[in-house]
Amino acid sequence: MKELMLGNKAIARGLYEAGVCFVSSYPGTPSTEITEEAVKYDEIYCEWAPNEKVAMESAFGASLAGRRSFCAQKHVGLNVAADPLFTMSYTGVNAGMVIVVADDAGMHSSQNEQDSRHHAIAAKVPMLEPSDSSEALAFTKMAYDLSEQFDTPVLMKMCTRVAHSQSVVETGERVEHQKPYEKNIPKYVMMPGNAKKRHPIVEERTRKLREYAETASFNRVEMGGTELGIITASTSYQYVKEVFGDSASVLKLGMTNPLPEKLIKDFAAKVKKLVVVEELDDIIEQQVRAMGLEVSGRDVLPGIDEFSQNMVAKAFGKETQEGTKLSDAIPPRPPVMCAGCPHRGMFYSLKKRNCTVLGDIGCYTLGAVPPLGAIEMTLCMGASISATHGFNKMLGKESEGKTVAVIGDSTFMHSGMTGLANVAYNQSNSTIIILDNSITGMTGHQQNPTTGFNIKGDPAGKIDLEALCRAMGFRRVRVVDPYDLKACDAAIAEELAAEEASVIISRRPCALLKKVKHKAPLAVDKEKCIGCKSCMRVGCPAISMKDGKAVVDTTQCVGCGICSQLCPKQAFFSTEKG
Amino acid sequence: METKNIIIVGVGGQGSLLASKILGDLLLRQGYDVKVSEVHGMSQRGGSVITYVRFGDRVYSPVVDEGEADYIVSFEILETARWLSYLKPDGQIVTNTQQIDPMPVITGAATYPEDLVSKIKAAGVKIDAMDCLSLAREAGSPKAVNIVLLGRLSHYFSISEEAWQEALAANVPPKFLELNKKAFALGKDFQG
Repeated sequence: MKELMLGNKAIARGLYEAGVCFVSSYPGTPSTEITEEAVKYDEIYCEWAPNEKVAMESAFGASLAGRRSFCAQKHVGLNVAADPLFTMSYTGVNAGMVIVVADDAGMHSSQNEQDSRHHAIAAKVPMLEPSDSSEALAFTKMAYDLSEQFDTPVLMKMCTRVAHSQSVVETGERVEHQKPYEKNIPKYVMMPGNAKKRHPIVEERTRKLREYAETASFNRVEMGGTELGIITASTSYQYVKEVFGDSASVLKLGMTNPLPEKLIKDFAAKVKKLVVVEELDDIIEQQVRAMGLEVSGRDVLPGIDEFSQNMVAKAFGKETQEGTKLSDAIPPRPPVMCAGCPHRGMFYSLKKRNCTVLGDIGCYTLGAVPPLGAIEMTLCMGASISATHGFNKMLGKESEGKTVAVIGDSTFMHSGMTGLANVAYNQSNSTIIILDNSITGMTGHQQNPTTGFNIKGDPAGKIDLEALCRAMGFRRVRVVDPYDLKACDAAIAEELAAEEASVIISRRPCALLKKVKHKAPLAVDKEKCIGCKSCMRVGCPAISMKDGKAVVDTTQCVGCGICSQLCPKQAFFSTEKG
Repeated sequence: METKNIIIVGVGGQGSLLASKILGDLLLRQGYDVKVSEVHGMSQRGGSVITYVRFGDRVYSPVVDEGEADYIVSFEILETARWLSYLKPDGQIVTNTQQIDPMPVITGAATYPEDLVSKIKAAGVKIDAMDCLSLAREAGSPKAVNIVLLGRLSHYFSISEEAWQEALAANVPPKFLELNKKAFALGKDFQG
């Protein structure tokens, strides 16, 4: 049956049809929906792991057990899981194992724009790159055969435009594939003596994969005009076809590691000018040049941001249509913390005290944007705690009394715990605030080890944050409600003043969670409002000023009451009837 | 058939994903090749969002570029103005007139431009503007702005009412179908 399917959903369908039994992932845009869709198939066991490394190792264990397995992550997640990946390249697999890494050219929802193809080259594993949903489904199935044929984990690279675009797919039936587990110490125990014997096997596998790539159906030549020959992959292929149709010849690479040298040289010989069109790094181009071919690419197209058809057209000197523009300045509309976001109150208190806040990855990173502007550092998952430790170790009392780390519950489980262990072990007087909104928020509400529910929403193990922190040796562990500004102020003041490390758990569920009951929206008594804009200091999207008075947008307001705690004239009132 | 392009623009959280889902399904049922590209993640938190819908005999790129859109469907008038340059010279806008202040306007760092509908008209652009929020409330929920807009958009397509209804029924939960049908009709029959 033909249907319109999101790229990520097509991968999940591919997993089902390939007979995959085990999926473990940590959510990360733009990869999250793969696992959310896979869990809808009863035949596949799915879980959210605490982080990508744990997910990949669990999937490896499932492969070892003889069941086809899978894990997905965003590009930066693969950095976390790089450790198992590099050595899984040596051990190989038992049942097939496929790993999706979703890059985010254009940084729609990421902290960097790295190109994950480097990981495939460095780990010496094959990489596939689908360019639409139909290929996402087909490549997923073929990737398992490739994995078992060559005894290797297979990386499949998605990008935002393939992951989050819907296109037409045709679905098939599930075929089961299972293997027995067999003890094999030389293959699976990677100590030096064994690993030394595996490394030549890896090199030989790469040589064989290179040969395979020459005729693999992943790669195809579409001959058209021969003045220009374009080598391309992934979503860039779509832009190239949009601009050139059949007027140029195209070598579309579905397998981007290793590259088929003979196929590329044959293609180059048939065209007058050879250009590589690839987003981010010039990985194909450099390899093609190393083959001794004259090639262009990065000289006409940037290695920054995602491409589009106009960008490709302009690079080749083609005209594009300009649209109408108004002369008015259009104010930007950056993402903001939602109305009723529990993080808002804590950030307001931190800003008011002029704290130095080292932040982390999640919705609360938005605490860095005006008017709160409270966060001064965001690096990667878990870095808030470890960086605060280093910061305090160097600046001592000067910073201990005003510096805090803020980290979400899911990010804390991901890689904040180890940073906290370092604070406990190496004894810095650091203040850590866990922003516990009882869900993984930014990626769209996934469960995690602190929520008490599994990926299906069924009851699961629940890690007690207070008990965990105490077990690590923290004596000062306290919980506050971030809707209560006075309580936030007191907790921050007391814990920063304390002569030992402390943990504040700022606990209130995400306002967007369906289970959260909201209060009636607030409204403003225009007689009482003096237009002082005190309420505007928290950056709530539901409050604006009209004719010098505050106005509440009742479609957004959830009655959290932060604004009314700031109002000197008690101008806010509840619209609750009765 | 040459590929037709629609962009759906608005503020994260306004319901553009459902609108693009219904449109994509409708166009696929009409036998077109279809591609829809969406934005998930951080931009959904109240930021400016754009969704692309393309249909024709064979669609390659999943995105619509400047000067390429046959239609702009907009949930908010500032967003209509922001993405105006994506419209083809003879393209058609269907927009909600609702104003949602972005944070720079709320903080006073920027001002919300006035009279955007008349300014866009004055620029010679075909714009069909209406207060979709009031119509959605009339239908029973302020969240039905997306369906009001689709109802209005249906004016400009030579696709049968039955096909629209079929796509609607296939993509909204049964308990909200009546409400959404009403929203669709209110948008479609609005006399501006």
